Amino acid sequence: MSETGTKLAQPEGIDRGVPPTGVSIGQIFLEFLIIGATSFGGVVPYLRDSLVTKRHWIDDKQFVEMLSISQSLPGLNATNMAILVGQKLRGVLGGVAAIIGICLPGAVIMYIVGMFYRVHGEHVWVTAALKGVAAAAVGLILATVVGLSKKSLADKFDFVFMALTVLAVNRLHQSVPRTLIAVGLLAVLFHRPRKGQKESVA
Amino acid sequence: MNQIPLLARVFAYLSLLTVGGGMAAFPEMKILTVEVHKWLTFPQLIHLYSVGQMAPGPNMMMIVPIGQWAGGVLGAVIVVLAFFGPTAVLTFIVGRLWTKLEKWPWRQSIQRGLAPVSIGLLLAGCFTMAKGAIFGLETATIAVAVLLLLLNYKINPALLILAGAVIGVLSFTP
Repeated sequence: MSETGTKLAQPEGIDRGVPPTGVSIGQIFLEFLIIGATSFGGVVPYLRDSLVTKRHWIDDKQFVEMLSISQSLPGLNATNMAILVGQKLRGVLGGVAAIIGICLPGAVIMYIVGMFYRVHGEHVWVTAALKGVAAAAVGLILATVVGLSKKSLADKFDFVFMALTVLAVNRLHQSVPRTLIAVGLLAVLFHRPRKGQKESVA
Repeated sequence: MNQIPLLARVFAYLSLLTVGGGMAAFPEMKILTVEVHKWLTFPQLIHLYSVGQMAPGPNMMMIVPIGQWAGGVLGAVIVVLAFFGPTAVLTFIVGRLWTKLEKWPWRQSIQRGLAPVSIGLLLAGCFTMAKGAIFGLETATIAVAVLLLLLNYKINPALLILAGAVIGVLSFTP
């Protein structure tokens, strides 16, 4: 990852108004490390608190825009946001520092959890607890799906595309990339730019 | 030790499927890690994913134990690099272009078109997981309760997962 860095010119990193007021690579790493270590139950609100409210490294409009880019691209919101913010502040190295910082605490914790689980995973109490945890996680994902649908699905055809995607993966056992390309293409073409189209949908 | 290149390839591939969230890659992750390479069992995959929701940071750090079991410390490191490297590079490049494409009319079309598909992928991942996680009335009740609580109240999801653990111990210990 770091080899690509040397090729890219740094000054381009500053393309929007707000000048990055001399934030150092160390500061970026530390801030994202703290977010990575404290963001229990979902990273996005912690990112906003820290980057917009506390540090003023980006403003709210930039935050929302970066989040929408993060959601459209492959990759987790948390790590994509780290890359975008780090890159904005200090180019390639900033992005690298941010993503390492945000990943490190969770990775270490899960490494330890993995070792523990391997040894004690069969214990009756552990299996009982894990049944409850897994069921709760299903509820959590469903809540995420509902929340995202409310926020970003405006057209009733969007629900058709959503259903097609589920059908392709779960019922027709199509691979995720094939589904993504096929249904994605269909949906993008459906939302194609139209002449004199008004901003609101349907 | 020859698991390392395999781990790298599998997780680099999975990383590109995480459109909309880590769950989007779950159906393929199940096929590749459980059925094809047998690095772990399906219940173990579900357990790791669920426990991973309680850890801070990006919510797919459950890949670390998979790498660790299959290839030791090196396996864990490789898996993280493979899973986050490709998308990081992509985001880096697209992030620069994207702001410049503000006037490009297809930009909005792509964003709008990808939204329902990425949500559909999350839901598909959720169903795949539910097949292994929801059995009987108790687990279904826990899932629905968490869903309703999250939709109606502002509660930290990590706490609800923890509550799931407690309820699990209370209802499933013989």
